[in-house]
Amino acid sequence: MNTPIKWYHPYASTADPCPPIEWKYYQTPPNLYLGFQPTGLPQYPLKEALYKGVLWPVLFDPYPTPIRGEDR
Amino acid sequence: MWYYEKKLQYPVKVSECNPRLAKYLIEQYGGADGELSAALRYLNQRYSIPDKVIGLLTDIGTEEFAHLEMIAAMVYKLTKDATPEQLKEAGLGAHYANHDHALFYHDAAGNPWTATYIQAKGDPIADLYEDIAAEEKARATYQWIINMSDDPCLNDSLKFLREREIVHSQRFREAVEILKQEQNRKHIF
Repeated sequence: MNTPIKWYHPYASTADPCPPIEWKYYQTPPNLYLGFQPTGLPQYPLKEALYKGVLWPVLFDPYPTPIRGEDR
Repeated sequence: MWYYEKKLQYPVKVSECNPRLAKYLIEQYGGADGELSAALRYLNQRYSIPDKVIGLLTDIGTEEFAHLEMIAAMVYKLTKDATPEQLKEAGLGAHYANHDHALFYHDAAGNPWTATYIQAKGDPIADLYEDIAAEEKARATYQWIINMSDDPCLNDSLKFLREREIVHSQRFREAVEILKQEQNRKHIF
């Protein structure tokens, strides 16, 4: 499973006027990794799919990304 | 032609009158990467794209109008009971002077919608890559609006719309895969 967030540590100068933001994050949703969607992938029940906006868990990307345990 | 279903694609609920949030949300109504731009871009590109992906552009372009209607409902609900004073405080004084409580196709900074937001290069790969970029930009816009919004009901609808951008991007990426396939060869997906 690919991670939905990537991060980097931008350069900060001691002369910067604002306190530095140490880590910058950006989203990398599942469509970047799936390629041509294979047939027969697991599906959500219909009602759940209508609420989530997608039929297949493989393409579901909750936002803001839930924070789990040691994951950033 | 189209059939109209007299309901929204996803329910729109708004917790409180919040004209400032409406000001940000209008970006997805009449902004460069908004739903109007998306619908018109895809439905216009259909005519000069290979037959295999015309249906995809029709389907997604049509859904974008359903999204446009949801955004309109959100903006309307967020502002309908706001007094001129409240609109002024939210930075919508200029909008009120011109439009009263009416919606208008402009972005969060007040720039009116323009056809220069959408492209039709006629090159199928160029056009589909633009469509993928448009979906990712709309996804990002939803993220930035969710980040600024503290209305849980509204965010619920915005998260649905963001997820749809991801699915659309996926389908456009698949359309590129279809168009770049070598011809006269067997393909198994």
